[in-house]
Amino acid sequence: MKLIKFLLIGIGFGIILAKAEIVSWYRIVEMFRFESFHMYGVIGSAVLLGVIALQIIKKKNIKNFEGQPIVIESKPKQYSRNLIGGIIFGLGWALIGACPGPLFVLAGFGYVSILIVIAAAVFGAFLRGIWVK
Amino acid sequence: MEVLFSFWSWYVAGPVIALVMVFLILFGKRFGVSSNLETACSILGAGKINDYFKTDWKTQKWNLVFILGALLGGFISRQFLMTDETSHISAETKAWLSSIGFENAGGMFLPEEIFALDSLSNPKVLFVLILGGLLVGFGTRYAGGCTSGHAISGLSNLQLPSLVAVIGFFIGGLVMVHFLFPLIFPL
Repeated sequence: MKLIKFLLIGIGFGIILAKAEIVSWYRIVEMFRFESFHMYGVIGSAVLLGVIALQIIKKKNIKNFEGQPIVIESKPKQYSRNLIGGIIFGLGWALIGACPGPLFVLAGFGYVSILIVIAAAVFGAFLRGIWVK
Repeated sequence: MEVLFSFWSWYVAGPVIALVMVFLILFGKRFGVSSNLETACSILGAGKINDYFKTDWKTQKWNLVFILGALLGGFISRQFLMTDETSHISAETKAWLSSIGFENAGGMFLPEEIFALDSLSNPKVLFVLILGGLLVGFGTRYAGGCTSGHAISGLSNLQLPSLVAVIGFFIGGLVMVHFLFPLIFPL
Protein backbone atom coordinates (compact mmCIF):
# COMPACT_ATOMS: atom_id res chain seq x y z
CA MET A 1 0.00 0.00 0.00
CA LYS A 2 2.96 2.31 0.58
CA LEU A 3 3.62 2.12 -3.13
CA ILE A 4 0.20 3.27 -4.30
CA LYS A 5 1.13 6.95 -4.03
CA PHE A 6 3.87 6.39 -6.59
CA LEU A 7 1.37 4.71 -8.88
CA LEU A 8 -0.91 7.75 -8.62
CA ILE A 9 1.91 10.24 -9.24
CA GLY A 10 2.94 8.09 -12.22
CA ILE A 11 -0.59 8.14 -13.62
CA GLY A 12 -0.66 11.93 -13.39
CA PHE A 13 2.75 12.09 -15.07
CA GLY A 14 1.61 9.77 -17.88
CA ILE A 15 -1.59 11.74 -18.51
CA ILE A 16 0.22 15.08 -18.65
CA LEU A 17 2.85 13.70 -21.05
CA ALA A 18 0.12 12.38 -23.34
CA LYS A 19 -2.27 15.33 -23.16
CA ALA A 20 0.44 17.93 -23.78
CA GLU A 21 1.83 15.80 -26.67
CA ILE A 22 5.22 15.50 -24.98
CA VAL A 23 5.15 11.84 -26.04
CA SER A 24 4.66 12.83 -29.68
CA TRP A 25 7.50 11.94 -32.04
CA TYR A 26 6.50 14.98 -34.09
CA ARG A 27 6.94 17.33 -31.13
CA ILE A 28 10.53 16.20 -30.64
CA VAL A 29 11.36 16.80 -34.31
CA GLU A 30 9.66 20.19 -34.07
CA MET A 31 11.71 21.05 -30.99
CA PHE A 32 15.03 20.19 -32.62
CA ARG A 33 14.01 22.23 -35.67
CA PHE A 34 13.15 25.22 -33.42
CA GLU A 35 9.73 25.49 -35.04
CA SER A 36 7.63 25.81 -31.89
CA PHE A 37 8.01 27.11 -28.36
CA HIS A 38 5.96 24.23 -26.93
CA MET A 39 8.66 21.82 -25.71
CA TYR A 40 10.88 24.69 -24.55
CA GLY A 41 7.93 26.05 -22.60
CA VAL A 42 7.33 22.65 -20.97
CA ILE A 43 10.94 22.03 -19.97
CA GLY A 44 11.67 25.69 -19.21
CA SER A 45 8.68 26.24 -16.93
CA ALA A 46 9.27 22.89 -15.18
CA VAL A 47 12.90 23.82 -14.49
CA LEU A 48 12.08 27.38 -13.41
CA LEU A 49 9.48 26.19 -10.92
CA GLY A 50 11.77 23.30 -9.92
CA VAL A 51 14.61 25.71 -9.08
CA ILE A 52 12.26 27.82 -6.96
CA ALA A 53 10.78 24.77 -5.19
CA LEU A 54 14.18 23.26 -4.37
CA GLN A 55 15.49 26.61 -3.12
CA ILE A 56 12.50 26.90 -0.78
CA ILE A 57 13.01 23.32 0.42
CA LYS A 58 16.69 24.02 1.14
CA LYS A 59 16.31 27.49 2.67
CA LYS A 60 13.42 26.50 4.93
CA ASN A 61 14.90 23.08 5.78
CA ILE A 62 11.60 21.52 4.88
CA LYS A 63 11.28 17.90 6.02
CA ASN A 64 9.83 15.19 3.84
CA PHE A 65 6.52 13.46 4.55
CA GLU A 66 8.33 10.88 6.67
CA GLY A 67 9.72 13.66 8.85
CA GLN A 68 13.29 13.21 7.60
CA PRO A 69 15.48 16.08 6.39
CA ILE A 70 15.49 16.30 2.58
CA VAL A 71 18.85 15.52 1.02
CA ILE A 72 19.08 16.14 -2.71
CA GLU A 73 22.16 14.36 -3.99
CA SER A 74 24.52 16.21 -6.26
CA LYS A 75 25.10 14.65 -9.67
CA PRO A 76 28.58 13.07 -9.93
CA LYS A 77 30.96 15.35 -11.86
CA GLN A 78 31.82 13.18 -14.84
CA TYR A 79 31.72 15.82 -17.52
CA SER A 80 33.06 13.77 -20.43
CA ARG A 81 30.55 11.00 -19.67
CA ASN A 82 27.77 13.55 -19.24
CA LEU A 83 28.60 15.03 -22.63
CA ILE A 84 29.30 11.86 -24.62
CA GLY A 85 26.42 9.93 -23.06
CA GLY A 86 24.25 12.98 -23.58
CA ILE A 87 25.10 13.13 -27.29
CA ILE A 88 24.42 9.39 -27.69
CA PHE A 89 21.07 9.76 -25.93
CA GLY A 90 20.23 12.88 -27.95
CA LEU A 91 20.73 10.95 -31.21
CA GLY A 92 18.33 8.27 -29.97
CA TRP A 93 15.84 10.76 -28.51
CA ALA A 94 15.45 12.50 -31.86
CA LEU A 95 15.39 9.26 -33.89
CA ILE A 96 12.80 7.49 -31.79
CA GLY A 97 11.03 10.66 -30.65
CA ALA A 98 10.83 9.56 -27.04
CA CYS A 99 12.97 9.66 -23.91
CA PRO A 100 12.56 6.94 -21.26
CA GLY A 101 9.41 8.33 -19.57
CA PRO A 102 7.40 8.70 -22.78
CA LEU A 103 8.45 5.18 -23.89
CA PHE A 104 6.30 3.74 -21.11
CA VAL A 105 3.43 6.17 -21.70
CA LEU A 106 3.42 5.20 -25.38
CA ALA A 107 3.37 1.51 -24.46
CA GLY A 108 0.28 2.17 -22.35
CA PHE A 109 -1.18 4.18 -25.20
CA GLY A 110 -1.15 0.99 -27.24
CA TYR A 111 1.87 1.31 -29.52
CA VAL A 112 3.16 -2.26 -29.72
CA SER A 113 6.36 -1.42 -31.63
CA ILE A 114 7.49 0.68 -28.67
CA LEU A 115 8.04 -2.59 -26.78
CA ILE A 116 10.92 -3.34 -29.17
CA VAL A 117 12.41 0.08 -28.37
CA ILE A 118 12.03 -0.52 -24.61
CA ALA A 119 13.70 -3.92 -24.87
CA ALA A 120 16.56 -2.39 -26.86
CA ALA A 121 16.87 0.43 -24.30
CA VAL A 122 17.16 -2.10 -21.47
CA PHE A 123 19.83 -3.90 -23.49
CA GLY A 124 21.56 -0.55 -24.07
CA ALA A 125 21.63 0.05 -20.31
CA PHE A 126 23.08 -3.47 -19.94
CA LEU A 127 25.82 -2.69 -22.49
CA ARG A 128 26.71 0.44 -20.54
CA GLY A 129 27.06 -1.66 -17.41
CA ILE A 130 29.38 -4.27 -18.92
CA TRP A 131 31.31 -1.72 -21.00
CA VAL A 132 32.29 0.78 -18.36
CA LYS A 133 33.49 0.06 -14.87
CA MET B 1 -15.45 19.22 -19.88
CA GLU B 2 -14.17 20.28 -23.26
CA VAL B 3 -10.85 21.36 -21.83
CA LEU B 4 -10.29 17.77 -20.66
CA PHE B 5 -10.33 16.47 -24.21
CA SER B 6 -8.45 19.23 -25.97
CA PHE B 7 -4.71 19.69 -26.18
CA TRP B 8 -3.04 20.87 -22.96
CA SER B 9 -0.61 23.73 -23.23
CA TRP B 10 2.99 23.93 -22.02
CA TYR B 11 2.04 26.18 -19.11
CA VAL B 12 -0.08 23.35 -17.74
CA ALA B 13 2.41 20.57 -18.44
CA GLY B 14 5.59 22.27 -17.17
CA PRO B 15 4.22 23.11 -13.70
CA VAL B 16 2.68 19.63 -13.33
CA ILE B 17 6.02 18.01 -14.18
CA ALA B 18 7.71 20.23 -11.57
CA LEU B 19 5.03 19.10 -9.12
CA VAL B 20 5.74 15.43 -9.93
CA MET B 21 9.39 16.02 -9.07
CA VAL B 22 8.55 17.87 -5.85
CA PHE B 23 6.11 15.17 -4.72
CA LEU B 24 8.68 12.43 -5.33
CA ILE B 25 11.23 14.41 -3.30
CA LEU B 26 8.72 15.00 -0.49
CA PHE B 27 8.07 11.27 -0.43
CA GLY B 28 11.80 10.73 0.08
CA LYS B 29 12.61 9.71 -3.52
CA ARG B 30 13.84 11.40 -6.68
CA PHE B 31 12.61 11.99 -10.21
CA GLY B 32 14.61 9.95 -12.73
CA VAL B 33 13.08 7.49 -15.16
CA SER B 34 16.13 5.99 -16.85
CA SER B 35 17.32 4.31 -13.61
CA ASN B 36 14.52 1.85 -14.23
CA LEU B 37 16.39 0.52 -17.26
CA GLU B 38 19.24 -0.57 -14.97
CA THR B 39 16.79 -1.97 -12.44
CA ALA B 40 15.27 -4.04 -15.23
CA CYS B 41 18.74 -5.43 -16.01
CA SER B 42 19.21 -6.37 -12.35
CA ILE B 43 15.83 -8.11 -12.24
CA LEU B 44 16.63 -10.01 -15.44
CA GLY B 45 19.77 -11.41 -13.78
CA ALA B 46 22.49 -9.14 -15.20
CA GLY B 47 24.15 -9.25 -11.76
CA LYS B 48 25.35 -12.76 -12.59
CA ILE B 49 27.32 -11.37 -15.53
CA ASN B 50 28.53 -8.09 -14.08
CA ASP B 51 28.80 -6.73 -10.56
CA TYR B 52 27.55 -3.35 -11.80
CA PHE B 53 24.06 -4.82 -11.72
CA LYS B 54 24.44 -6.53 -8.34
CA THR B 55 22.09 -4.15 -6.60
CA ASP B 56 19.10 -4.71 -4.40
CA TRP B 57 16.44 -3.85 -6.96
CA LYS B 58 13.75 -3.99 -4.30
CA THR B 59 14.87 -0.54 -3.10
CA GLN B 60 13.85 0.70 -6.57
CA LYS B 61 10.39 -0.84 -6.54
CA TRP B 62 8.78 2.57 -6.03
CA ASN B 63 10.30 3.78 -9.32
CA LEU B 64 9.02 0.74 -11.21
CA VAL B 65 5.58 1.41 -9.74
CA PHE B 66 5.93 5.03 -10.86
CA ILE B 67 6.57 4.05 -14.51
CA LEU B 68 3.79 1.48 -14.30
CA GLY B 69 1.62 4.45 -13.34
CA ALA B 70 2.94 6.42 -16.32
CA LEU B 71 2.01 3.49 -18.55
CA LEU B 72 -1.50 3.46 -17.05
CA GLY B 73 -1.65 7.23 -17.58
CA GLY B 74 -1.02 6.61 -21.27
CA PHE B 75 -3.76 4.00 -21.35
CA ILE B 76 -6.25 6.27 -19.55
CA SER B 77 -5.46 9.13 -21.93
CA ARG B 78 -6.04 6.93 -24.94
CA GLN B 79 -9.27 5.44 -23.63
CA PHE B 80 -10.94 8.42 -21.99
CA LEU B 81 -9.24 11.72 -22.74
CA MET B 82 -8.63 11.89 -26.47
CA THR B 83 -10.81 13.15 -29.28
CA ASP B 84 -8.80 14.16 -32.33
CA GLU B 85 -5.97 12.12 -33.82
CA THR B 86 -3.45 14.91 -34.27
CA SER B 87 -0.28 16.35 -32.82
CA HIS B 88 -0.74 20.11 -33.06
CA ILE B 89 2.66 20.80 -34.57
CA SER B 90 3.67 23.75 -36.71
CA ALA B 91 3.01 23.85 -40.45
CA GLU B 92 6.77 24.22 -41.09
CA THR B 93 7.55 20.94 -39.34
CA LYS B 94 4.75 19.18 -41.21
CA ALA B 95 5.98 20.47 -44.56
CA TRP B 96 9.56 19.47 -43.85
CA LEU B 97 8.55 15.97 -42.71
CA SER B 98 6.47 15.53 -45.86
CA SER B 99 9.52 16.47 -47.90
CA ILE B 100 11.50 13.57 -46.39
CA GLY B 101 8.73 11.07 -46.98
CA PHE B 102 6.43 11.21 -43.97
CA GLU B 103 2.81 11.08 -45.08
CA ASN B 104 0.21 12.31 -42.60
CA ALA B 105 2.86 14.25 -40.64
CA GLY B 106 1.33 15.51 -37.41
CA GLY B 107 -0.73 12.44 -36.55
CA MET B 108 -0.99 11.03 -33.06
CA PHE B 109 1.68 10.36 -31.74
CA LEU B 110 4.07 8.32 -33.82
CA PRO B 111 4.57 8.13 -37.60
CA GLU B 112 3.27 4.95 -39.23
CA GLU B 113 6.38 4.78 -41.38
CA ILE B 114 8.39 3.78 -38.29
CA PHE B 115 5.89 2.49 -35.74
CA ALA B 116 3.02 0.78 -37.58
CA LEU B 117 3.06 -2.97 -37.06
CA ASP B 118 3.00 -3.74 -40.79
CA SER B 119 6.10 -1.56 -41.24
CA LEU B 120 8.03 -4.12 -39.16
CA SER B 121 8.45 -6.38 -42.17
CA ASN B 122 10.88 -3.73 -43.47
CA PRO B 123 14.28 -4.62 -41.93
CA LYS B 124 15.29 -0.95 -41.97
CA VAL B 125 12.34 -0.12 -39.71
CA LEU B 126 13.35 -2.82 -37.25
CA PHE B 127 16.92 -1.50 -37.39
CA VAL B 128 15.76 2.06 -36.57
CA LEU B 129 13.66 0.86 -33.61
CA ILE B 130 16.48 -1.23 -32.14
CA LEU B 131 19.18 1.38 -32.82
CA GLY B 132 17.03 4.12 -31.29
CA GLY B 133 16.40 2.04 -28.18
CA LEU B 134 20.08 1.15 -27.80
CA LEU B 135 21.14 4.80 -28.11
CA VAL B 136 18.54 5.88 -25.53
CA GLY B 137 19.42 3.10 -23.07
CA PHE B 138 23.19 3.31 -23.40
CA GLY B 139 23.31 7.11 -23.67
CA THR B 140 21.12 7.91 -20.69
CA ARG B 141 22.97 5.54 -18.40
CA TYR B 142 26.41 6.66 -19.59
CA ALA B 143 25.35 10.29 -19.12
CA GLY B 144 23.94 9.44 -15.69
CA GLY B 145 20.36 10.44 -16.42
CA CYS B 146 17.80 11.39 -19.02
CA THR B 147 15.36 14.24 -19.51
CA SER B 148 13.82 13.70 -16.08
CA GLY B 149 17.01 13.05 -14.12
CA HIS B 150 19.25 15.65 -15.77
CA ALA B 151 17.08 18.20 -17.63
CA ILE B 152 14.37 18.54 -14.95
CA SER B 153 15.83 17.30 -11.63
CA GLY B 154 19.47 18.19 -12.27
CA LEU B 155 18.90 21.64 -13.73
CA SER B 156 16.37 22.40 -10.96
CA ASN B 157 19.15 21.62 -8.50
CA LEU B 158 21.59 23.82 -10.51
CA GLN B 159 23.89 20.91 -11.30
CA LEU B 160 26.67 21.62 -13.78
CA PRO B 161 26.96 17.93 -14.85
CA SER B 162 23.29 18.09 -15.80
CA LEU B 163 23.79 21.21 -17.88
CA VAL B 164 26.66 19.47 -19.70
CA ALA B 165 24.43 16.43 -20.28
CA VAL B 166 21.56 18.57 -21.59
CA ILE B 167 23.94 20.33 -23.98
CA GLY B 168 24.91 16.82 -25.13
CA PHE B 169 21.22 15.89 -25.59
CA PHE B 170 20.84 18.88 -27.90
CA ILE B 171 24.03 18.26 -29.86
CA GLY B 172 22.85 14.68 -30.51
CA GLY B 173 19.29 15.69 -31.32
CA LEU B 174 20.31 18.49 -33.66
CA VAL B 175 22.78 16.27 -35.53
CA MET B 176 20.14 13.54 -35.87
CA VAL B 177 17.34 15.76 -37.17
CA HIS B 178 19.34 18.16 -39.33
CA PHE B 179 22.03 15.89 -40.79
CA LEU B 180 20.99 12.26 -40.36
CA PHE B 181 17.19 12.40 -40.95
CA PRO B 182 17.60 13.32 -44.64
CA LEU B 183 19.99 10.34 -45.01
CA ILE B 184 17.86 7.84 -43.06
CA PHE B 185 14.37 8.71 -44.30
CA PRO B 186 12.34 7.65 -46.20
CA LEU B 187 12.99 4.12 -44.95
